[in-house]
Amino acid sequence: MRSEPVVQVQALVKRYGTKTAVDGLDLVAGAGVTAVLGPNGAGKTTTVETCEGYRRPDAGTVRVLGLDPVRQAAALRPRIGVMLQSGGVYSGARADEMLRHVAKLHAHPLDVDALIERLGLGSCGRTTYRRLSGGQQQRLALAMAVVGRPELVFLDEPTAGLDPQARRATWDLVRDLRADGVSVILTTHYMDEAEQLADDVAIIDAGRVIAQGTPEELCRGGAENTLRFSGRPGLDVGSLLKALPADCTAAELTPGSYRVAGKVDPQLLATVTSWCAQHGVMPDRISVERHTLEDVFLELTGKELRA
Amino acid sequence: MSTTTSGTYAPKPGAAPLGRMIAAQAALETKMLLRNGEQLLLTVIIPTLLLVLFSSVDIVDTGEGAAVDFLAPGVLALAVMSTAFTGQAIATGFERRYGVLKRLAVSPLPRWALMTAKTVSVLVTEVLQVVLLTVIAFALGWSPHGSPFAVLLLLVLGTAAFSGLGLLMAGTLKAEATLAAANLVFLLLLVGGGVIVPLDKFPDAAQSVLGLLPISALSDGLRDVLQHGAGMPWGDLGILAVWSVVGLAAAGKFFRWE
Repeated sequence: MRSEPVVQVQALVKRYGTKTAVDGLDLVAGAGVTAVLGPNGAGKTTTVETCEGYRRPDAGTVRVLGLDPVRQAAALRPRIGVMLQSGGVYSGARADEMLRHVAKLHAHPLDVDALIERLGLGSCGRTTYRRLSGGQQQRLALAMAVVGRPELVFLDEPTAGLDPQARRATWDLVRDLRADGVSVILTTHYMDEAEQLADDVAIIDAGRVIAQGTPEELCRGGAENTLRFSGRPGLDVGSLLKALPADCTAAELTPGSYRVAGKVDPQLLATVTSWCAQHGVMPDRISVERHTLEDVFLELTGKELRA
Repeated sequence: MSTTTSGTYAPKPGAAPLGRMIAAQAALETKMLLRNGEQLLLTVIIPTLLLVLFSSVDIVDTGEGAAVDFLAPGVLALAVMSTAFTGQAIATGFERRYGVLKRLAVSPLPRWALMTAKTVSVLVTEVLQVVLLTVIAFALGWSPHGSPFAVLLLLVLGTAAFSGLGLLMAGTLKAEATLAAANLVFLLLLVGGGVIVPLDKFPDAAQSVLGLLPISALSDGLRDVLQHGAGMPWGDLGILAVWSVVGLAAAGKFFRWE
């Protein structure tokens, strides 16, 4: 699905007063689904809102579908769909009323009734926006982003705070959008969301992209897999390391909790267990974990993502 | 949650024709206004009550002639202020606060078209108000004079002046501050703007200042025409024109969308 970039951000800088929210950020997103991943305050929303034309860059350039989002806003707006992190609806409007309204602003909108059913908004009935549940408000915002049949959709934390069922419904819709040729830029701080949906992931921290690639590429970038086991504290990690292949690492993370990182295959597992046998160690727990985006993030930033 | 056939979401972007967008936006804004109880209190119930109450009970000395002949023009001015200034300021302030303006800003609807739609919505509401208040005033024995054209011009310029001030407030203050300030200003101008209390009840010094307020110019102009059958009240129209230019220019310059 790689082709002409839908979003091209070069050396973007955005400051609010003395605070630098985005600090020389480069990002190229092609067709398909691109996840912008990072902790709160990393600059995700500022970056996306600059692409949507809300903010003027202090430095750098932004092109969305080849257009300048500020100077060519009129040409760009009909072609994009935007889901804000919150709000965006008259507090006295009903869900279907607002969705129908946004549909009327577009030349070839989706069938509103089908979209309402698809996103489970039919149950909102005559309830006005301010009395809808958080999940219903969010699904309405998602519907408003797609109803105009855009080429590119921006979703700012589309599943934050959703229950698992609603979350899955949102994911399904994103997959359908992708399958029908709609490009999606989504910000999230959920690793699994990025792994599930994205063709491409850009990890942002402190206003810069610190890594970008497919989820597989990013996970391969660090140690491939992790083997963890628990035993008595203070084992001789140096002796374990000698038994392991050269490209492996071993460490006692907390007393009694050990991690071996490297190419974890059956041979490695056998090596670790036989080392344990030789040293009279009974591992109470032994597990093999796939290296996740969460680990990548932790390695790159030294920070927990959901801090 | 049903599945959809493939191709449902295939991109087919485009803005609706401008006229259709503006009509849809104006219809929605008007619907939101008429659905809002507090807004109706301000735009319909208070002007109606004041008209009926002060026409039937002799509380304020309204000078010579039937009380309703003095009150109806003032209440029409109040109706314009309640919709174009107070109602619009509060509604727009909360739209700004709840991200409605932000969301619409990335829709195909241009900003000028949104403001046009808001104006249409204000005018539609005013027509409803004027019809209702006129019917009630006639029932109370009102006998208006003057040129309908002069009245229309006053109402339109009054709307422009109050819209500018209302949008200036909504676009610069927090929604809660707008709510409080818009209601306070409504009350102060109701009392001090010649709506139900004749300006000549105030001390001379106060009169000359109060006379320059948009509400005083509007109620005085309407009264000159409708009660006294005057021609074009150029002085009042001039005051309203100045307020319109200053208010709308300031709103255009200082309005913040987020």
